[in-house]
Amino acid sequence: MDLQNQQRVKDAAEKHGAENLVVILGSSDAEGAEIYAETVTNGDPTFAGPLAGAPLGLAVYHIFEPEIREEAEASVWEDQIGMMEMVLDTEGLANAVKGVREQYGKYTL
Amino acid sequence: MAHVAIRGYSYCLNHTPELALHYGNTPYMERMSHGETEFLKKLAVNMQSFDEACSYAPNQAFIGGIDLDRLAEQPSPMYQNRMDGASRFGRFGEIMPEGEFLGLMDICDVFDIIWLEEGFAANVSGDLGQHPLMNEKIMSRLEKGHALNDIDEEIKKHGALPLFFQGNIAGCCRKGHDVDESLSAHVLLENIASKAGSVLALLHLLKTAGMVPGDIDYVIECSEEAAGDMNQRGGGNFAKAIAEIAGCVNASGFDVRSFCAGPVNALIAGAAQVASGARPNVVVLAGGAIPKLFMNSRDHVRKGIPALEDCLGSFAVLLDPDDGTCPVMRLDALGKHSVGAGASPQAITSALVLEPLQKIGLSFDDIDKFAAELQIPEITVPAGAGDVPAANFKMIAALAVMKGMIKKEEMPAFVEQKGIPGFAHTQGHIPSGVPFIGHACEAIKEGKYRRVMIIGKGSLFLARLTNLSDGASFIIEPSRGETGKALGVSPEEVRKMLLEALQDLSGVLAG
Repeated sequence: MDLQNQQRVKDAAEKHGAENLVVILGSSDAEGAEIYAETVTNGDPTFAGPLAGAPLGLAVYHIFEPEIREEAEASVWEDQIGMMEMVLDTEGLANAVKGVREQYGKYTL
Repeated sequence: MAHVAIRGYSYCLNHTPELALHYGNTPYMERMSHGETEFLKKLAVNMQSFDEACSYAPNQAFIGGIDLDRLAEQPSPMYQNRMDGASRFGRFGEIMPEGEFLGLMDICDVFDIIWLEEGFAANVSGDLGQHPLMNEKIMSRLEKGHALNDIDEEIKKHGALPLFFQGNIAGCCRKGHDVDESLSAHVLLENIASKAGSVLALLHLLKTAGMVPGDIDYVIECSEEAAGDMNQRGGGNFAKAIAEIAGCVNASGFDVRSFCAGPVNALIAGAAQVASGARPNVVVLAGGAIPKLFMNSRDHVRKGIPALEDCLGSFAVLLDPDDGTCPVMRLDALGKHSVGAGASPQAITSALVLEPLQKIGLSFDDIDKFAAELQIPEITVPAGAGDVPAANFKMIAALAVMKGMIKKEEMPAFVEQKGIPGFAHTQGHIPSGVPFIGHACEAIKEGKYRRVMIIGKGSLFLARLTNLSDGASFIIEPSRGETGKALGVSPEEVRKMLLEALQDLSGVLAG
């Protein structure tokens, strides 16, 4: 996760409280999604950004996880996301983020 | 509607691992923030030699040393299955080693910004003097060099950046102004390197197209660098500066910018000028980007993979009127990602792929190959960015499913049939569709492809000016005969149009 985005997440957590923040990932790669999820839960694993050593434990979900999909209006989902469901390994992505959340997350929806 | 001939193309790589180690953004930021860390020490050990870079199959595909069918047959990982007897020269260009490239940067420097150490300059002069494209006039621009003490002083007292070769200081890049950040040594280093890459591609293009420099009428440059000073940070003009070094005395030019969509937009801009008759020919070209070197090296080092992002990429394409002998760019089916098109992947894919096809009554079936973002997967997959070319082909296939043109179960076959393997370095604008133009034109000439589509996509949001992205696309197909001179209207056509208008008018008046 780039340094600016890490700072934005950190700022939002400080302003609104970590318990009130949900991070939704749209990464197309499971390994990348895991790194992003780890960054906002356990801290930046590369120790390069503002979240290094900052285990915020945020509620992080991939957009393909059922908790998020159920929140979306069906027509908007179809219009915006439908095509990518055919392209990506939705189950693999959802499981990747879920696994990290269960390991390091302090909050859930 | 006009078609414009793709008369020639060239593709080059500049193997620059030491520029990468010191000035690629990832290692540079690491060094600035944390000093010589363990990561940087490991990165230095993970660097590829020049021979390794030459024997890496995607690099050979880029310079036309092998075709894409041969690339697809190469066992992976290709960095462990290297090619025997690979040459630095291919059909489309070359892989230039770092020493020669530093010399070429000095040749391209007209403001005494690059200083080379005198012993190094003498060695490089010998090497570049043997280069088939470096003529006497170009070589006369290479400086004799400076004493190492003077270079040290420039670095220590005047803010110059050291240039390294085989771990030793081989020269420096000086700043262009004491306080102007747009003329800092870092900015000038990036700009001169990009300029040098373009010059090399232009020299190869002239050779492959059988032209002399004076034949070139116009140059459009489309890299992602900005040349200017504090009063006009992106004032330009790379194109004219490049044409000058290559000896294109009859050319002028300008620059086009649109992040990674720059090259496709620039090709459309150039083709439109040729089609309108405004220019007899246009060269579209770009050099590489130093900051993107070793961009994903943190992941490569962590996984014990060679630091593959060690090459600056460059290309040049020559456009001129369609005389029936070369593949053509069609200008009646251009893909455009408009402001209101939407940002979802299906909106973008529809605007860039489906809509231009519908405009001329074609479908996905009529395109043999699509080429969008062509990054080498062995670079991006270990960094968590996935196989970028494959993701693009899957998106096109998924759109075809949504439009009822293929069945969902046919997606893998569609991707296999219409996709191509990635073979371009992660140089932003360089992998964006354009590396396929050379291979596509060769295959069209052989009758292997009927039609291909080149797609460029750019992340405009990175500049913090807009949240939009950009995209553009065009189709290449065989020429159907001479159309290039027919854009003007003949007297017969004027008479015919007038007669038709008068007939319409009389009909209106009578009715």
